[in-house]
Amino acid sequence: MKRLHHMSVVARRDVLVGAGAAAMLMAFGRNVLAQAPKVDPATPVPSLFEQALEEILGGAKPLTAKVSLEIPEIAENGNTVPYAIAIDSPMTETDYIKAIHVLSTVNPLPHVASFGFTPLSGRASVASRMRLSKTQDVVILAELSGGKFIISRRTVKVTIGGCGG
Amino acid sequence: MSLRPRIKLPESTRPGEIIEIKTLISHIMETGQRRDKDGKPIPRRIINAFRATFEGQEVFNATLYPGTSANPYLVFNFKVPGPGELELTWVEDGGAVTSERIKLNIEA
Repeated sequence: MKRLHHMSVVARRDVLVGAGAAAMLMAFGRNVLAQAPKVDPATPVPSLFEQALEEILGGAKPLTAKVSLEIPEIAENGNTVPYAIAIDSPMTETDYIKAIHVLSTVNPLPHVASFGFTPLSGRASVASRMRLSKTQDVVILAELSGGKFIISRRTVKVTIGGCGG
Repeated sequence: MSLRPRIKLPESTRPGEIIEIKTLISHIMETGQRRDKDGKPIPRRIINAFRATFEGQEVFNATLYPGTSANPYLVFNFKVPGPGELELTWVEDGGAVTSERIKLNIEA
């Protein structure tokens, strides 16, 4: 499964056609394989993570900002990695954190969760548990009520992979 | 859906206070990525959405994906506007809904 590390550099189609096809099928599922875009193999295809990120951003450029993220540096069990996110922001009708999206860079499916807040939330804060298939980055993307985004990224080392692999 | 959520919040509160609400619901969160012993894919079955409302007004919501661990655990905050009832709702793939109503205990 070492190939997965090269996902963002090598076109996904190339990898799928390669010797690891059976393993990749397991990881990505049939429907994704069927939907693989038909492009020149020389053109790099954005990873599923990059696609998911772009889908949320819709062309917007996120600002790198400090987001309070509590997550283990080393997760012994990738099946359940606790995390807590808090963003220091007013939570008024006109100025509040609208959403926090949690993405993984290498999981077979990059989305972990998206959380929606309102002024009634009082605080832009959430805690939950995620699956991480292997060592990778966790990306937190927060959407402000004015339409801006802030992004923060953290590497988590995983000893035993999750995602039921 | 016979799911039994566990919900924890302060026993009593007062208007204007920001309280923490912890929830946990027992669920396998089958990712749809696994195969059974015969190699057949095991269909995805997860809790895909959670919503907390207070007297019909949205407080917090979550869209969950297979990257969320089994037995989804969620902790969020709520700024208490006054007396009333919270409604917490979990939606499973296929549309089955589990919901719980909690009346706030407001300090005199």
